[in-house]
Amino acid sequence: MTGPRVFSVLLGLALAGAVVFLTLPIVAIFIDTSPGRLVESLGDPTAREALRLSLETTALALAIIVLAGTPAAYLMATRDFRGRAVVQTLVELPLVLPPAAAGIGLLAALGPRGILGGTLERAGVELVLQTAGVVVALVLVAAPFYLRQAEAAFSAVPTSAIAASRTLGAGEASTLLRVVVPTARPGLIAGAALAWGRALGEFGATLMFAGSFRGVTQTVPLAIYERFSVDFPAALALSAVLVCVSFALLLAVKLLTGRGGAVAAR
Amino acid sequence: MAPLLHVEARTQLGDLELETALVARTGECLALAGPSGAGKSTVLRIVAGLLRPEHGVVRCDGRVWLDTTAGVDLPPERRCCGFVFQDYALFEHLTARQNVAYGLRDRPREERRVRADGLLERFELLSRADARPATLSGGERQRVAVARALAPEPNVLLLDEPLSALDARTRARAARELAAVLRDAGRPAVLVTHDFTEAALLGDRVAVLDRGRVVQEGEPAELAAAPASAFVADFTGAVVLTGAARPGPGGLTEVELDGGGRVRSTYQAEGHVAVSLFPWEILLDPPEATATSSARNQLVAEIVSLTTVGGRVRVGLAASQPLAAEVTADAVRELDLRVGGRVVASWKATATRLIVV
Repeated sequence: MTGPRVFSVLLGLALAGAVVFLTLPIVAIFIDTSPGRLVESLGDPTAREALRLSLETTALALAIIVLAGTPAAYLMATRDFRGRAVVQTLVELPLVLPPAAAGIGLLAALGPRGILGGTLERAGVELVLQTAGVVVALVLVAAPFYLRQAEAAFSAVPTSAIAASRTLGAGEASTLLRVVVPTARPGLIAGAALAWGRALGEFGATLMFAGSFRGVTQTVPLAIYERFSVDFPAALALSAVLVCVSFALLLAVKLLTGRGGAVAAR
Repeated sequence: MAPLLHVEARTQLGDLELETALVARTGECLALAGPSGAGKSTVLRIVAGLLRPEHGVVRCDGRVWLDTTAGVDLPPERRCCGFVFQDYALFEHLTARQNVAYGLRDRPREERRVRADGLLERFELLSRADARPATLSGGERQRVAVARALAPEPNVLLLDEPLSALDARTRARAARELAAVLRDAGRPAVLVTHDFTEAALLGDRVAVLDRGRVVQEGEPAELAAAPASAFVADFTGAVVLTGAARPGPGGLTEVELDGGGRVRSTYQAEGHVAVSLFPWEILLDPPEATATSSARNQLVAEIVSLTTVGGRVRVGLAASQPLAAEVTADAVRELDLRVGGRVVASWKATATRLIVV
């Protein structure tokens, strides 16, 4: 074989290996779970409860991330300020933070004896072992995914388009809403999808900070873990449900961003 | 006529030290010409309020937009400048019609529609009104950009290299359209270009900018004929004359020059044209010499200036319109060329390029 052909074969092998390895666990979940078992698992009230809680808390966390993260990412992308690089690194920190460490950190910060614990208590806010605590944990671990993508998407908006909007009589806020966000839309949606996916799968930080109480803090990943030791097939079926929900989400995003010819992220 | 747009700016931007003062009058197009990095676009950005100079004053129609000593600095949205960006900066998520209507947001819906459609029609874009910019051709995108800038009836028009993104064929048409836009604009316009021929075609006056400073300002023909420095002489390159073209004898085009005189060209054109030729294509002879030559074009002219440009000498000539020839220093000595002397300038019909304006 000639050199270039050997190289092509090596590339092909690497890709094949990656695809097989990355999809194998998902394939295995569905091979071991019949569709009937999948539907049946939804008949279990605790499974339905966990699914409802997962959807509610992740949706709320995502709303917070998008509402607060969008202007923050816009600021990081478009303004040159002192210490910008430091800020950019700091907001990405949770990406490399082990989830268990994130949970401990949340307890140390917002727990009853945490540095802000007293302030929260006086304000009447209870987070530990509460549904609100789940949302806080989700925001912490998922927000960096959105911030990163959103910042990249905003950076890719041509400065001349922003300038054009201004010369055409639109102020800065109006330009952000009418030009910047629509142009960056595919990147923003991709970032939101990533963050949502991460939040749906969140386990460690939630467990440490909010615990695993049915109907209050037990999201689907925690419910899977609880079943894992006592009823493996049930854990498998619930995993399949979570995979389906996540996959549907990813697909919806692809379809949403597929139409319209706006600037792609990165 | 009172000056309408008045710009003074002094600022340091990286390596560029900008120090300029410019005036554009109502209905006049000031062309800012110069090599890249000379600070041309920076001047436009200062006028539009997209860039704040360290020191500067911008006044338009008696109103102060910027006065750094008085602490006045209106944001771009309150200056209302029609800005045509070099890359056109169209909003890719909006249709052509929505792009044009973007600056009309505070008008009643009906007025907005009528104005946008009127502009789309004028620029022959009505059939493409619902297309997104990504699907438009280069020429169409340029027209959308111009229509969008004109829509809110801006105080001034600012055009940053509006033709440079177009291919040669589209550019000729776009240049004609732009010339018409500038003619009926009824407001001051500042056009930035790195191409002197373009500046001469579209600008009533040309200011040549080099390293942040205006090195010469005047009518295009004046600049080509009597460049103030070797830099301007080099930059202006072609001589530009204007006149009316019609078919002449022998398949040639005959151009009646504005102000008198007649030249012939092998280029086909009719109507108002710019005649462009290079100074090194012009031969100079003593006025008494009437030797027959293959040069079809001859004009008797008076020498108004002699500028040394590298190894050449640019000879500024006053005929019905100013023009310039470039000859060697030896030729100047041999022909005894001096300011105030008379010569016959001649050049070939094949060197006489015509540009319809």
